[in-house]
Amino acid sequence: MTKPLVSVCDLKIGAVSDAGRKIEIIKGVSFDIAPGEIVALIGESGSGKTTIALSLMGHTRTGCAINGGTIRLGDHDVTAMSEGQRAQIRGTEVSYVPQSAAAAFNPSQKIMDQVIEIAAIHQLMPRAQAEDKAIELFRALALPDAQTIGSRYPHQVSGGQLQRLSAAMALIGDPKLVIFDEPTTALDVTTQIEVLRAFRSVMQKGAIAGVYVSHDLAVVAQIADRIVVLKGGEIQEVGTAEQILKSPSHPYTQQLLQAFDPVPHVPVSFAKSERFPPILQVSDLCAGYGPVKNSAPAAKILKNVNFTLERGKNLGVIGESGSGKSTLARAISGILPPYRGHVMVDGYEQPGALAQRTKEQLRRAQIVFQLADTALNPAQSVGAILGRPLTFYHGMTGRAREARVIELLDMVRLPAAIRHRLPSELSGGQKQRINLARALAADPVLILCDEITSALDTVVAAAIIDLLKELQRELQLSYLFISHDLSTVEAICDDVLVMYKGEVVEALPAHQMSRDATHPYSRLLVSSVPKLDTGWLSGLEQDPELVARFANR
Amino acid sequence: MLKTLSFPLRIVSPKTYGYRFSWVGRIGLGVILLWAGLAIFGPALQPYPPGEIVDWDYFGPMSDQFWLGTDYLGRDILSRILMGARYTLGIALASVFLACAAGVILGMVAAVIGGWFDTILSRLLDAFNGIPSLLFGLVVVAAIGSSIPVLIMTLAAIYLPGSYRFARALAVNVNTMDFVTVARARGEGTPYLIAREIFPNILGPVLADLGLRFVFIVLVLSGLSFLGLGVQPPYADWGALVRENIEGLSLGAPAVVFPSLAIASLTISVNMFIDNLPTKIRDRS
Repeated sequence: MTKPLVSVCDLKIGAVSDAGRKIEIIKGVSFDIAPGEIVALIGESGSGKTTIALSLMGHTRTGCAINGGTIRLGDHDVTAMSEGQRAQIRGTEVSYVPQSAAAAFNPSQKIMDQVIEIAAIHQLMPRAQAEDKAIELFRALALPDAQTIGSRYPHQVSGGQLQRLSAAMALIGDPKLVIFDEPTTALDVTTQIEVLRAFRSVMQKGAIAGVYVSHDLAVVAQIADRIVVLKGGEIQEVGTAEQILKSPSHPYTQQLLQAFDPVPHVPVSFAKSERFPPILQVSDLCAGYGPVKNSAPAAKILKNVNFTLERGKNLGVIGESGSGKSTLARAISGILPPYRGHVMVDGYEQPGALAQRTKEQLRRAQIVFQLADTALNPAQSVGAILGRPLTFYHGMTGRAREARVIELLDMVRLPAAIRHRLPSELSGGQKQRINLARALAADPVLILCDEITSALDTVVAAAIIDLLKELQRELQLSYLFISHDLSTVEAICDDVLVMYKGEVVEALPAHQMSRDATHPYSRLLVSSVPKLDTGWLSGLEQDPELVARFANR
Repeated sequence: MLKTLSFPLRIVSPKTYGYRFSWVGRIGLGVILLWAGLAIFGPALQPYPPGEIVDWDYFGPMSDQFWLGTDYLGRDILSRILMGARYTLGIALASVFLACAAGVILGMVAAVIGGWFDTILSRLLDAFNGIPSLLFGLVVVAAIGSSIPVLIMTLAAIYLPGSYRFARALAVNVNTMDFVTVARARGEGTPYLIAREIFPNILGPVLADLGLRFVFIVLVLSGLSFLGLGVQPPYADWGALVRENIEGLSLGAPAVVFPSLAIASLTISVNMFIDNLPTKIRDRS
């Protein structure tokens, strides 16, 4: 057996909390990486996957420190090196591709200057030669206009291109190991494919070893040779990609895989519901941003959206970022008053602007946002957050309100004692449950869910979906469920709307989505969702014309 | 018996509520409280009437009879500092609270309502900000005459635009957060939004700003008194005490040193206190 390129042995990383308490983040982790092999670190947020990946460069985040164990990279003992020596190997032996390429590029410098910066810092080659090499890398990464793309500024290229450019930046110094830190998490599915393909082909061509950090098993299955499953700073399971997907042995891995498998949605039927008017009827809805001229805003986002949501049914809205999904939710809820069209909730016409709506109209439709932590006031306790809508809509005070708060917490499966805590003392999943409970406090008939599971870990998100279904059965709710993730939508919705550039391009029942979608954009979207199969990306064939027309790569 | 003992007995203290703060802050608070106490009980503690000439010598040294010496007319400095504490602390506190309360409320309202209201109010206060503070004070006091309410209102007016700008900048950031959007979608009005959703989240920086502004107001008040427009003789605030005894500086007279020390100790300790507020208040935003 050849000598591994990287060997991590009994790595321990710790931090000291604000209160002076010592916390162990990584509790004795050991693994090897062979030359040219791609190893994926997978786990939920807080499992220590990024911390381990950064430590391979000898770097720890502020406040953390490597407390034990060794990291060997090639002939270097990273743990024993001084900071100056580590700086020498960064960029030439090991390099890093961050999650957000947009934040990793300096917006005021041209792309080429930033890509060849590593060559300049380490004085690897003259500038002209470095530029030639960069252009070669641009070609290898399938970037358009390889000759000239370097003279643009970061805001002049798309998100997927920028992510590939940041890979070029990492590869310019011919490193032996590249660390990818969730590089496709922030990208749309249609964009993700091309980026993954480009990464895989350059890594294979150059026989470069890689560490791929991700929480998405399906993505990892396409690119990694081996998978390391982490939880709570410890390795749960190690195996080849095939083995982890087909026959996971550890319960946590099985749980991860289960969460991935969409449970088909069973429509809920309420007795005698046929007579009632639809819960939500949107006709000819137009909304946009910017200064209003001739009774239409400068930037028009939604264009003549029409749909109907029946009582007890769930409607999914999917589309890539910028397709107007969130704007739709904002227009229905009145946060962004539409400039044309009508919204009917429960059979009653809903005035456009918030100020014109009565309390009763506002109460019926509630909205829940994607980012659970910014949607909760950090200065108010959970009890106060949930108590306010009760006082506001139902005039509850004192004992009655307290009892109802406890009831609401029970509905979202949280203990009653949590009402004394501040939002900063809750986990991401708990925060999202509080957000749901706040919406439920109004006794709504309709909840607008704006990407509510997108920022959560797979397992936690699956639990939230289950909770939504349960609440629907108990309270006869209807959901408008916005997501960019097709499998989540399939798990909860009866019907699906596909949105593209502010228009509804297709509407059909959820279970037929993957089979019967006819609009080219819907077909592209369906075919772009990664499958839990190591051969999926290699076997995937998409119509290049379709891709060129719709994918913003 | 044992059962009653096992009842969770917890002594309520700042520590148990998470309002513990550092020694530097406590010293600052101690000095502020000391001055506040002296301002309140000053008249009872004065060894001599502050306006009365009690010594034949001027710029007298520290002695058993006159603890902090005498001033340029032979008046007791200790008595005059105790009297000045009332003016300095009272006027500065009243105007800083007026300036910050009005500025912060207007700033939050402008951030929440936005649009034309925000634009007009901001430009108006910006224009007002362009007038040099001492000059404005001079003109107003010269025009209507010096009295304590006029001084308080003038100083508050001078420092209101800065406080408004500061609070508006903070509130605009909080205003875009989802929890404010949720409250707005619920149908909440502006008073609730500013009082419950925004104010608690800008409280920390606003308090730090209040401390700074307090110091500035003490200094401007001293400046006005130095020009003879502040508190009128025979009464005097600390700035006026420095001014009337400035000739004693070359003699090293305690009459000029101690009022200066009083100003310094108050302004520094206010900042020490504000900078070391309990983390629970300071780190809210």
